[in-house]
Amino acid sequence: MHEAQPAFQYATLEQQHDAAQLGMWTFLATEVLFFGGLFVAYFVYRFGYPADFAEAGRHTKIVIGALNTAILLSSSFLVAWAVTAAKLDFGRLAAGLLVGATLLGAFFLALKGYEYVQEFRERLVPGVNFQFEAPHARGAILFFIFYFAATGLHALHVGIGLVILLAIASRARQGAYSICYHAPITVAGLYWHFVDVVWVFLFALIYLVGRSGA
Amino acid sequence: MSPQEVNYLTAGHTLRSWFFTTDHKRVAILFSATITMFFFIGGGAATLMRLELATPQGDLVSSDVYNRLFSMHGIVMVWFFLIPSIPTTLGNFMVPLMIGARDLAFPRLNLTSWYLFVFGGAVTLYAIFIGGIDTGWTFYTPFSTMYSNGHVILAAVGVFITGFSSILTGLNFIVTIHRLRAPGLTWYRLPIFIWSLYATSVILVLATPVLAITLLLISLERFFGIGIFDPKLGGDPLLFQHLFWFYSHPAVYIMILPGMGVVSELVTCFSRKTLFGYKFVAWASMAIAVIGFFVWGHHMFVSGQSVFAGLVFSFMSFMVAVPSAIKVFNWTATLHKGWVSYDAPMLYALAFIGLFTIGGLTGLFLACLAFDVFVTDTYFVVAHFHYIMVGGMVTAYFGGLHYWWPKIIGRMYPEYWARAAAILIFFGFNMTFFPQFVLGVLGMPRRYHTYDPTLQVWNVLSSAGASILAIAYLLPLFYLGWSVFWGQRAGPNPWNATGLEWQTWSPPPKHNFPESPRVHRGPYVYTPEAVAVPQNA
Repeated sequence: MHEAQPAFQYATLEQQHDAAQLGMWTFLATEVLFFGGLFVAYFVYRFGYPADFAEAGRHTKIVIGALNTAILLSSSFLVAWAVTAAKLDFGRLAAGLLVGATLLGAFFLALKGYEYVQEFRERLVPGVNFQFEAPHARGAILFFIFYFAATGLHALHVGIGLVILLAIASRARQGAYSICYHAPITVAGLYWHFVDVVWVFLFALIYLVGRSGA
Repeated sequence: MSPQEVNYLTAGHTLRSWFFTTDHKRVAILFSATITMFFFIGGGAATLMRLELATPQGDLVSSDVYNRLFSMHGIVMVWFFLIPSIPTTLGNFMVPLMIGARDLAFPRLNLTSWYLFVFGGAVTLYAIFIGGIDTGWTFYTPFSTMYSNGHVILAAVGVFITGFSSILTGLNFIVTIHRLRAPGLTWYRLPIFIWSLYATSVILVLATPVLAITLLLISLERFFGIGIFDPKLGGDPLLFQHLFWFYSHPAVYIMILPGMGVVSELVTCFSRKTLFGYKFVAWASMAIAVIGFFVWGHHMFVSGQSVFAGLVFSFMSFMVAVPSAIKVFNWTATLHKGWVSYDAPMLYALAFIGLFTIGGLTGLFLACLAFDVFVTDTYFVVAHFHYIMVGGMVTAYFGGLHYWWPKIIGRMYPEYWARAAAILIFFGFNMTFFPQFVLGVLGMPRRYHTYDPTLQVWNVLSSAGASILAIAYLLPLFYLGWSVFWGQRAGPNPWNATGLEWQTWSPPPKHNFPESPRVHRGPYVYTPEAVAVPQNA
């Protein structure tokens, strides 16, 4: 496994790594535009209904949101550590760190699910049981549509990330990666950091609007 | 073993060797079979529409069926033929060959792209056959989300899945062109076809995700009955139009840039001359890709967007004509004092230049705010974009197909049949669509199955032209099919062209080149005696 050969279409392993990295960056550019479309919708409606959005924002669960932010940032740190460890031939350490990151990610999803249940009980789910105080209902439902669409899509990305991290962890445990061959773990790390960065933006747009100033 | 026995076509004969292949050449063949099927499905819908429009009364189909026909025609032709047409077939086949690589950067991703395309296509066809959709290909809200009684969600899901196929193809091309060029093949030695596919890929990767999220939102809105884009429930239908055209206008350039790339190859090869102003043509592709992202509002001049926005979008739309014009002038200058020969691919290329110029100039009419208000939603618009998409892209696709056919199949097509088809397409096309400019100025709105009897003469002309066009499009199916078995064998370089793809066998071996080429010069070098100098010589 240590004497990895480049795939037939590449001349060297280095060329193959460059291609894998560029491929992931290009994919992330696609993802930015994918979430970007949602963010544009958010800003248009926040501009149209500023008071409603502030009021709706105060109905979100900031404690869970803040905790989840800390969890995802920590998992990203573990992944970054794992990538460095794998490059230095500490395969078992890298595997352990990735499993740790996976557990944190799973915890994030569990908390997110708990939050959804709370919102369902408070009748905040558009199209299912949405009810809101009269003066702010018109904009608030748009806020919560964005909330569920964006966090739902983000949770889907987290779920896919968990599968990837676990697969990479098992390969790392077998010592598949080294300073010469580490494209898969590097690329998986990039993806996970991206998922993390999206959440940072979502956190600000969802939980902090309406809680600043007065 | 002689070369013909070990090429990519003869490397395996089982179904498995085709459906699980990762060879870019075989994936290209899979794609071309699939899009050919979609081309005739979309064409069938167009045929029924032109038959209906032969008389002013609605005597062949009801208005509801007519709505479903033009929606199906638009959706199938845009997403399942035009957008994948040149990139996934000629592009897939030629990109690694033209840059001297053994395959694309991600061969398995390439096959995945085809499966996604087939899956998305199957879902969309299912939506069409269980009753269809009546929204037009544009899915405008709130009609698509609240009032339409068609299968909007299913069709949107089909297009959504197909979008990922586009994204993966674009991603694969970008990485391949960056990372797998042969030694010595610098950016300014790349053939223009590669430049234009690179520009196309940038659009595919950056615009398609916005369509994906938009389709997801209208599916959510329709499924849950919530008002994301419904003004009655607080939403904004203009936001839908902005998001949709942010994708769909750049998508128009996905549907023309690859055609421009093909024509650049054809014009130099059949003029036996280097391309005039290579760097300008190369960068014009990039300029079109970039400026194309900032003109979407010209689809919304009458939608109620602000006058200021209208002015800016109008100005930007004029700007995007500049790089397009640079290309047309440079192709024309390439012909000047060249040794022009009129083989079938060149006939298609010349047809492209003429038809694209008409389509482009009428595009400038539409970029004028005042004139656009006058002809919005009339046949003038229909004629304009068909001149670009059909007169431009489909013509270029046929030109490229004939040009590279000997490389792909290893046999020549019958030249006289091909010239006849090219000429028939040119006349059939103009006869179909030129009357539609007149109809538009006379005030005939698009998307109606009845019209004022005084407009019948122009409609009959258009329908008659469409029948010629239909036959002309069927012809290549027969003579190209014939040539697969009985065509004259082509050597490695039947056109005596300069590109790397002509320096290997026809058909190429599994990994493209017996040995990896080394590049020493630009793509279009001809001696003063019009002898081609290969890039690797």
